[in-house]
Amino acid sequence: MGTWYWWTLLGMALATYIPRAFPLTFLEGKELPPVVSGVLRNIPYAVLGALIFPAILYVQQDHLLFGLIGTVVAFSLAFLFSNVMVVVLGTIGVLAVYSLIF
Amino acid sequence: MNNNSFISGLKAGISIAIGYFPVALTFGLLAKTTGLSIWEATAMSIFVYAGAAQYMSLTLIAKGVDPILIVLNTFVVNIRHFLMTAALNEKMQSEKRWIKGIYAFGITDESFSVLATQKESKIATPFAFGVALIAYSSWVVFTAVGHVIGANLPAFLQAAMSIALYAMFVGLLVPSMRGNRKVVMLALVAAVINGFFYWTGLLSTGWSILVATLASSIFIEIIYAKHEKNLPKGA
Repeated sequence: MGTWYWWTLLGMALATYIPRAFPLTFLEGKELPPVVSGVLRNIPYAVLGALIFPAILYVQQDHLLFGLIGTVVAFSLAFLFSNVMVVVLGTIGVLAVYSLIF
Repeated sequence: MNNNSFISGLKAGISIAIGYFPVALTFGLLAKTTGLSIWEATAMSIFVYAGAAQYMSLTLIAKGVDPILIVLNTFVVNIRHFLMTAALNEKMQSEKRWIKGIYAFGITDESFSVLATQKESKIATPFAFGVALIAYSSWVVFTAVGHVIGANLPAFLQAAMSIALYAMFVGLLVPSMRGNRKVVMLALVAAVINGFFYWTGLLSTGWSILVATLASSIFIEIIYAKHEKNLPKGA
């Protein structure tokens, strides 16, 4: 790669950093209207819904059963234990056994 | 600096570090096959630090796409972080702007999810540094490792670990859903809208997540505002 690579990297770094840093620094100490902060408080749970579904089904591209088993195991473990680490390691463990067998 | 909340932050970020491990390893490997040197590949993880955008950039670099388009694409993929960091700001302890500007660099889908679902009403700054640091370290270190060893994990483990980040999202969401119908509705509506855009192919992933999140958050807020108005006083 040539010098252009490093310029591209600089551009990519800025294009990534600005959306992260602008709201956190610009909104510091600002009181937002209740409607807006109400909507903002909803964001985390909505984001999680969108991040999980449907991508979780396609972790192994077209091997849908794999994603489906992962989904069921992850949700079951989360309902039973509500400990993130147990959910992560448990789901990996079950899928590792599944991939070894099939 | 408050050591305790920094350490709790590191602990809360471990599941992200585990989830990044296979993704970063594969990125390092793919970067090598795309022709990037170890320093070029690792520098991208150090300075850009954005999973989806980095993967896409490799495809674009391999195709010889104009660098300006690569940068624009990166921006589009990351535009949803405007929404996430605006939401996160409501939950973060008040802090000097330049300090927030530092940990802001460490806000990804994953670290945002971990931070925003903490039960405390305000999150201490050192906690955010802890979460960001352990996740970032995993991303950078395993990018380099992936490039050096130039091979993947055994296939069964690689496949199993591809679920890690999603399992983490589930593990963060479900405890908040318990006894809270609003949370259930927010996640469900966003998931359905995102699924719609995914299967119809109307929007690319970055936009789809942004639109689904925003639409669900606004829609549910309106429903609940109406609902609360209709309730008798004191209910």
